[in-house]
Amino acid sequence: MNMMKHWIRAWVLFAGCSGLLSAHALTPQLAMEMAVGESDSRIQAIGKALEAPDANTAALLQAMADETAKVFADAVWVVDQGQARNATTGETRALPDDAQDIMLNNRMRSEIDAALAALKLFSPDAQQRIVAAQAMLKEPDAARKPMLEKALASESQAEVQAWLKSALAAVNLSDAVAATRMAAVKVLAQSARPDVLLLLNQQLTAEQDPAVQSVLKAAIRQVQDGLKWGERLGVLFTGVSLGSILMLVALGLAITYGLMGVINMAHGELMMIGAYATYLVQVLFRQYLPSGFDYYLIAAIPVSFLVSAMVGAALERSVLKYLYGRPLETLLATWGISLMLMQAVRSLFGAQNVGVENPSWMSGSWVVMSNLQLPWNRIIIVAFSLAVLAAVALMIGRTRLGLFVRGVTQNRPMASCMGVNTARIDTYAFALGSGIAGLAGCALSQIGNVGPDLGQSYIVDSFMVVVLGGVGQLAGTVYAALGLGLLNKVLEGWAGAVLAKIAVLVFIIVFIQKRPQGIFAMKGRSAEA
Amino acid sequence: MSEHHVNWLPRRTLLSGRAWTAWLVCLLCVCLLAPVLNLWVPAGSPLHMSDYAVALMGKIMCYAICALALDLIWGYTGILSLGHGLFFALGGYMMGMYLMRQIGRDGQYQSDLPDFMVFLDWKQLPWHWTFSDSFVATLLLVVLVPGLLAGVFGYFAFRSRIKGVYFSIITQAMTFAAMLLFFRNETGFGGNNGFTDFKRILGLPIATPGMRMVLFVLTGVTLLGFFLLARGLVNSKYGRVLQAIRDAESRVMFSGYSPLPYKLSIWVISAVMCAVAGALYVPQVGIINPGEMSPANSIEMAVWAAVGGRATLVGPIVGAFLVNGAKSWLTVVAPEFWLYCLGALFIAVTLFLPQGVVGLLKSRQRKGDPS
Repeated sequence: MNMMKHWIRAWVLFAGCSGLLSAHALTPQLAMEMAVGESDSRIQAIGKALEAPDANTAALLQAMADETAKVFADAVWVVDQGQARNATTGETRALPDDAQDIMLNNRMRSEIDAALAALKLFSPDAQQRIVAAQAMLKEPDAARKPMLEKALASESQAEVQAWLKSALAAVNLSDAVAATRMAAVKVLAQSARPDVLLLLNQQLTAEQDPAVQSVLKAAIRQVQDGLKWGERLGVLFTGVSLGSILMLVALGLAITYGLMGVINMAHGELMMIGAYATYLVQVLFRQYLPSGFDYYLIAAIPVSFLVSAMVGAALERSVLKYLYGRPLETLLATWGISLMLMQAVRSLFGAQNVGVENPSWMSGSWVVMSNLQLPWNRIIIVAFSLAVLAAVALMIGRTRLGLFVRGVTQNRPMASCMGVNTARIDTYAFALGSGIAGLAGCALSQIGNVGPDLGQSYIVDSFMVVVLGGVGQLAGTVYAALGLGLLNKVLEGWAGAVLAKIAVLVFIIVFIQKRPQGIFAMKGRSAEA
Repeated sequence: MSEHHVNWLPRRTLLSGRAWTAWLVCLLCVCLLAPVLNLWVPAGSPLHMSDYAVALMGKIMCYAICALALDLIWGYTGILSLGHGLFFALGGYMMGMYLMRQIGRDGQYQSDLPDFMVFLDWKQLPWHWTFSDSFVATLLLVVLVPGLLAGVFGYFAFRSRIKGVYFSIITQAMTFAAMLLFFRNETGFGGNNGFTDFKRILGLPIATPGMRMVLFVLTGVTLLGFFLLARGLVNSKYGRVLQAIRDAESRVMFSGYSPLPYKLSIWVISAVMCAVAGALYVPQVGIINPGEMSPANSIEMAVWAAVGGRATLVGPIVGAFLVNGAKSWLTVVAPEFWLYCLGALFIAVTLFLPQGVVGLLKSRQRKGDPS
C-alpha cells in the first residue's frame, strides 16, 4: 500500500514535464552505477541521472530512499509486494532469494534526499517548485547546475523564475570564472534573505579577486539593509507577544491587587490551575471526542476560567476575607496558599511537566518576510489577550457588577450604606481576578511548559507590571505590560536574556524612585490610602 | 495600617534579672555543654550529642540570626523585607570566596585558581576576587558589601518613601535579579553550582569535629550577642522612634523627626546581621549557590519571625527553631507533606496567631497574672 503511494507520488512528480524529458531516459548501466560501488562514484551517477531526469529516475531514487530497491541479475529492481520491477525497462519478475539490498550510508542517504528534493523543481505545483528552489538556494551544489538551467528554461511563472535565478546565482557564486561570480553576486544582492547573507559572507572569506570582493561587500550591505526591517519587526513582535502575555497575567492582578488591594502571591498558582484545567480538557477530548480534538481549546477557555474563579472564590471566603486591610499578612498567607496549591498539583499530577498540544490551527507560523516568521500561537495569544482586556474593561466600566466593584474600591463604607453587599462584591471581584488568571494559564499552556512551577516564573514579572502601571488602573497595567515586554526584548537583542531581565528590574526600581505610585498615580483623597 | 501595638515603657536595664539568668544558661549550653556532650561524651551514651545534631543546630542558629534581623526591620519598624536572603547569600559568598582560595592546589585541576575558573578556561582571578585570600579582608567584606548594597538600596527606597507592600515587592525583585545575575557563569561566582568542596579555613582542615564545634560555638555566641545588641537597640530612644515609625509614620514626621536616617540605619544593621549569619552558615554546610537568593528563601525568613512572634526578640529565635526543627524532621519522615505544613503554617499564623507563639504565651501570662 505504502509502495503504491510512492509510485503515485513519483509519477505525479513528472506528469507535467515527462514529455519534455523523455529523450534522455535512465539507462540500465547508470541505474547500476547508482546502486552499487563506491559512494563517490554512486553520487556521481546520481548527479548524472539528475542532468536528464525522467519518471524512472524519480521512482528509483524514491525506492532507494525507502529501501525497497534491490539488485539481482545485473540490474536494479524496485520491489512492490513481492513483485520486482526493473528500474529502467519496466519488466516485472518474481523476487528471487538471492536479491541483494542496496547499501546506504548516511552520506548516500542525504545525497538521495537532496536529489529527491531537487526533482521537485519539475513538480507541476508552482509552490513545490519554489520550495525546491529555496532549498537549493540554501545549500548550493555545483552538480545541480544543469538541472537548474533546465528548470529555468522550461519555467513560465515569473515568481518561480526569480527563485530559480537566485538558486542558480548561489551555485555560480563559487564558479571558477570571476565574471560569472560577479554576475551571481549582483543577482543575489537583490534578495533579502538570511541564508543569502550567509552565502555571501562565506564567499567573501574565500574570494581572492579584489574586484569581486568589493562587489561582494556592497551586496552584503545591501542584503543587510533589506533584512534590517524584518529583524526590527521581529523584535517588535516578540516584544508585543511577551507584553501581551504579561498583560494577561497582570490583568487579574490589576483587579485583585489594583482594585481590591489584596496582595495575592498565589496568583501564579491560579494560573497554573488554569493551565492544568486546559490539560484535563485536552485529555478528556482525546479520550471521548478525538474527532473534535482541534477544538478542545475553545472548550478549555471557559473551563479554565471557571475552575480558577471557583478556587479563587473559595480562597477569598475561607482566608482572605479575614485579612483585608492587613497587606503584609495577606502577602504571607497567600504565599502559604501558593505553596499548598503547588504541592497539591504535585501530588495529583506528579512533579513532571504535563504535555499540552497545540491544536493544528495554532501550530506553524505566518511567513511575512524571509526572516520574519510569526508563530500562529503567539499571534492568537496577542488577539486573545486583547479580547480579554476588552471584556474586563467592559465588565468594570459598563456592568452593574463593575459599578459595585468600583464603588467598593473607592469608598467601602459609603458603598455599604447605599445597600451594596460589600462582602459579596469582594468575593465576586476576587473570583473574577482569579478567573482571568485561569485564562492566562490557558494561554500559557499553549506556548510553554505546564508544570507545578508554572506560576512561579511569572509572579515577579506580573507584580512588576502592576507596580509600574500604578494601583487601581487598568490602563496603566496595559501600558506597563507592553512597555516592559518591548523593553525586555529590545534589551535582550544586545545584552542577552539574563542581563536584559536584570536591567529591566533595575529600571523598575529606579522608576519607582521617581514615581512611587506608578505611571498613572491615583489622584485625590484615595491616593494616600 | 490598622494594627495597634501596645508599647510598654522601656526598662532601664538591658535585661531583667531572670532574663539575664536565662541568657547566661544559653551561653553556657552553647559554649560548654554542647562541646562536652559532642566531643567528650562517648558516642554510645544517651547524653551524646551527635555530629548531625551539631550541624543542624549550627544551621538553625544561623537562621535564627536572620529571623532576629528580620524582626528588627519588620517587627519593630514595620518594613517587611522579602530580600534578606540576598544579604544572607552575599555574606555567604564573601566567606565562600575565601574558602575557595583556601583550597589552594588541592582542587581537581591542581591549579591556583578555583576549579570552576579552570573549567571556564579563565587565566587569572577576576577583579572582585582581589582580597579573597586574606581572612581579615574577608571579614570586612562580609560586613561592607551587603552593608553598602543595603545602604544604597535603602537610601533610594526610603528617600522616595516607598513603603508597605511596594517595598516588599521591590526587595523581592532585588533578590530575584541578583539570583539571575549569580546564576551566570560570567559573574565569576561559580554559576549555578556556586562554591563547594571547601578544604580549609585559616589553614586548618574544615571537616573535623573540632572545627565544626568551633564554628558552632562561634555561631551561638554571635546569636546571643546579636540578641543583646537588638535588645539594646529596641530599648533605647532610637528603638522607640523606630516603633513610632512602625505605628504612625506621618505622625513621627509631624513631630519633627525625619524617618529616613532611622529606617536606613536599622535596615543596614539588619542586612549586616543577615550577612554575618550567611558567613557563619557557609563553612558549616559546606556549600553556597544562587538558590539561597531565591525569593522563596527570603519569604521563609518572614515566616520564622511571624511564627515566633513579631516585635518580641525571643520570638523570632524560637520561631526559627520551631519551623526549621519541624522542617528537618518532616522532610525525613514525610517529604511530600512538608510544603503542605509550611503553607498551612503561613495561613494559620496570619489568621490565628498574629502575635506568634511567644506573643500568645505572653498574653496568657498577662491574663493569669494581672499585676
